Amino acid sequence: MSEQEPGGRARGTAAPDFDVDALLSDGDTRIVVCCGSGGVGKTTTAAALGVRAAELGRHAVVITVDPARRLAQSMGLRELDNSPRPVELSATLGAEGPGSLHAMMLDMKRTFDEIVEAHADPERARQILANPFYQSLSSSFSGTQEYMAMEKLGQLRQSGDWDLIVVDTPPSRSALDFLDAPERLGRFLDSRLIRILGAPPATGAFKVLGAGVGMVTGVIAKIVGAQVLKDVQSFVSAFDAVFGGFQERADRTYRLLQARGTGFVVVAAPEDDALREAEFFIERLREDRMPLAGIVLNRVHRTAVRGLPEQTAATAAAELEIAGEHDLAAAALRLHAERARVQHREQWLMGRLAAAHPGVPSAEVPARPEDVHDLAGLAGIGRALGRG
Amino acid sequence: MSARDRDGDAVRLHVVTGKGGTGKTTVAASLALALAAGGRTVLLVEVEGRQGIARLFGTRPLPYEERAIAAAPEGGRVCALAVDAESALLEYLEMFYGMRRAGQVLTRFGAVDFATTIAPGMRDVLLTGKATEAVRRREGDRRRGGRDAGGRSHVYDAVVVDAPPTGRIAQFLNVNAEVAGLARVGPIRNHADKVMATLRSTRTAVHFVTVLEEMPAQETLDGIGEIRAAGLNVGSLIINMVRPPFFAEPVLREVAGGSFDTGALVRGVKAAGLEDAEETARTLAQEVAEHAQRVAGESGIRARLDGLDRPRLELPLLSRGVGPEELDDLAERLREQGV
Repeated sequence: MSEQEPGGRARGTAAPDFDVDALLSDGDTRIVVCCGSGGVGKTTTAAALGVRAAELGRHAVVITVDPARRLAQSMGLRELDNSPRPVELSATLGAEGPGSLHAMMLDMKRTFDEIVEAHADPERARQILANPFYQSLSSSFSGTQEYMAMEKLGQLRQSGDWDLIVVDTPPSRSALDFLDAPERLGRFLDSRLIRILGAPPATGAFKVLGAGVGMVTGVIAKIVGAQVLKDVQSFVSAFDAVFGGFQERADRTYRLLQARGTGFVVVAAPEDDALREAEFFIERLREDRMPLAGIVLNRVHRTAVRGLPEQTAATAAAELEIAGEHDLAAAALRLHAERARVQHREQWLMGRLAAAHPGVPSAEVPARPEDVHDLAGLAGIGRALGRG
Repeated sequence: MSARDRDGDAVRLHVVTGKGGTGKTTVAASLALALAAGGRTVLLVEVEGRQGIARLFGTRPLPYEERAIAAAPEGGRVCALAVDAESALLEYLEMFYGMRRAGQVLTRFGAVDFATTIAPGMRDVLLTGKATEAVRRREGDRRRGGRDAGGRSHVYDAVVVDAPPTGRIAQFLNVNAEVAGLARVGPIRNHADKVMATLRSTRTAVHFVTVLEEMPAQETLDGIGEIRAAGLNVGSLIINMVRPPFFAEPVLREVAGGSFDTGALVRGVKAAGLEDAEETARTLAQEVAEHAQRVAGESGIRARLDGLDRPRLELPLLSRGVGPEELDDLAERLREQGV
């Protein structure tokens, strides 16, 4: 952030408007994925898009991952849960509309357990679920949450019970883990390492793979301990027999994200880090040929007073302060000068993004004096996004 | 940075966390600068691969190597390091087992990928392991983290970690619990125990950065509870991006209560010689009303944070953004408040 903004918003860099209503009311839009760095209001945006979609007559479901408690409560969610719950909207949206909204908070361990139970015979499923390595794997955050979010998305899409699925991506270490995790987990479970670990020592696999193998297992045993290695081995042999093509499953999820009917919404706030992260997302989505629908910029500050630049307001305030009269007006002008400065900086930062990625549509949500944590607030944001 | 923290000998590992968007990287960097004042050497560690530190100081991306990144008053020095789990694992293998070649073979078989991205807890042990190793390291150590180095002085007077966000901090630091499910015995478990011993000791403090907004404050309160439950020490609460109040409290109360002397505002705007005084005053009043609403919300949040019996530090909002100069200013503010 060493660069300081020069005067004014860069010329000719206004982004085209992101028509959120058009995206949500288009019956061909079946999946909306919200991504962005932490703290930019991603979950709130996902929830608001869900409420707006219902208002526009869609039968929508929102998958959230680890939402703030009050936000979850506003949608009637009390705990991690694996089936979507209906959200009571009629009181908020007025009349009984044609649309509906469901919401769920992803329980990644249960999602993983359900996959195992669905694909393994009861005895094998029991073995897998009891395995210490599986238990760590299924409840850790290292990619499992991302993978399970995508898995759940695939399940809900296949069920056909909803005509629009809005996904809030997990607050990842790296913002793009949700794109990489399924592939990585798939790659691991199909990997040479797993084949080695899964193969009983005396079989042909070892001979074919050569001398490196003994060393690999030896080193692993030395580092993590023999017990862990044994747990991993028994997990792998039980798991492998059941799944076979885990990689294939991951590929399918990945292709679903690229398919027509999916739209990615990059969520950001007009702050340096968040916008850089947003750029990173836009570039990555393009590389992976994922359809970018637009950018949502949350918490954008706008001054109410028109045509009063920071400097003019500050000078006027200083004059009043020197005169020692009109304290109230002087303070109000100081406040305005500060707000004008914030607005100027935000506009400059957003202009930088628009200049770097011309043609990417964006929508702004004005900053509010207080946090949003009820359905009325979410509906308000949804409408602001869709200009309803 | 309580009285105990301040004597400088007690806390040597400062873990800085905060909800996304609260400016934890900026605070971690300022804290490192503040602690380095007076000729001390401080290591600033990044663990999430975002290169936020390099961006903040306006330097090129940091490698897996400790290098000087900034100078502090009176000959102080801040070094920075971006830790990634894969390099940390290879370094660990070489250091503790002398297994450089093994590392290469493991990489080829996908075992490193496995250990650093899939295996639960492994990644966090490697990252925290590197930070705690830097805390323990003494001048002249050949095998770092090796034998007791006796009375030689520490390489770093303090280590500051720009840690994962509040929602993940307890899990990140509670490496024992993470690894326990996986390895009940064995070298990894021993390593985790050693890391945990440093993290749980009085040498380590976890500082929470928040802003005066509902969600970050709630996450801070939750996070502090989790850190305490994990047997770790909570350091200071740092309220970041504090806005100036602009108005005296009675005025704000009046405005919030809906009674506001717009007449006085019109007269003031006229006296300042601004055009279109009536309209300007009307819209200014709107801004003041929003501001009052915001301040009222902020005091509610302050009241909730008051319940915490931890030292509190405050840093101002920098509406022009943060660069190296601003970091020095923020460090100065922290020192004024006793860091």
